[in-house]
Amino acid sequence: MKQIFGEYAEETVKSKEFLKIGFTPNSTQLQQRWRNNGLSADFLADYLTTFFPIDDNEPSTLQRATELKGAVSYIANELLENSMKFHNPNDDYPITLEVKLYNEHLVLCVTNSISPANLLKFQSIIHDLEHIEPQELYVRQIKQASKNDGNSSGLGLLTIIDDYEAKIGWKFETIQTQKPTEQTLVTTMVQLSI
Amino acid sequence: MDIITEDYSIKYDTETSTIHWQGIMRLNGKEYNPIAELLNEIAALEPSQITLNLQKLEGLNSSGITMLGKFIFKLAKKKTIGLLIQCSKKITWQQKSVKNFQRLMPKLQIEWD
Repeated sequence: MKQIFGEYAEETVKSKEFLKIGFTPNSTQLQQRWRNNGLSADFLADYLTTFFPIDDNEPSTLQRATELKGAVSYIANELLENSMKFHNPNDDYPITLEVKLYNEHLVLCVTNSISPANLLKFQSIIHDLEHIEPQELYVRQIKQASKNDGNSSGLGLLTIIDDYEAKIGWKFETIQTQKPTEQTLVTTMVQLSI
Repeated sequence: MDIITEDYSIKYDTETSTIHWQGIMRLNGKEYNPIAELLNEIAALEPSQITLNLQKLEGLNSSGITMLGKFIFKLAKKKTIGLLIQCSKKITWQQKSVKNFQRLMPKLQIEWD
């Protein structure tokens, strides 16, 4: 079974520059693996700057590289944090994060397993993102977080779409695992113009 | 009224009612609670205006944006305390996301370096 939401584009032209990292979140302590999200995101962002050389005589190249690095670091970290929140803790399917570079855009993809309970929750977040106007959703999420006394509001995906003007899409697919049950995987894809 | 860790610091200057933020904050949801409590304690002092100086806060995740958003929304409802946010154009997350706080508090002042 496969389901697509939002702007999810299967790769038609192969990227010539890409980097993929994978890890299994159950193997380390929560605090340590949470810290790892930031380190992985910064690593990807730093790695990409190689492809955007800075010309000292052209200040716009520095500005562009700095902005792109900041954007990739923020987005990759949000995608990883989300994958941690929604992955299925009962399996040891690795979370993967991949960045692919193309001529005019770059793609960030995170894949993780998801439990049936989290699947419904995640699809309801996607539904809101697709059907509610961003400004309205932003205020609603903050008000909701104020009521619940929490700091998690689902704002991560909304900021990626609205603040960073990125395209976002999701692929849900069911695969057969070694266990008798099936496993659902979700890939979140972010496309960013460069 | 300060919070200082290896990765970030939050320091309150009582004379100017300015909260200085520094470093990178990518905490996990509830880990922001002590910071939210500090902000509430400062608001309870009832200064006429609070300044959030974010110019050295290089990184903040969406849970951190939510924590700040909740505080700003609370001040907007309270109506007795003005708010100024000082930001840096060199820091991407501020350039992209700070303007949204005005949706929660239309009278919020934003100053760029």
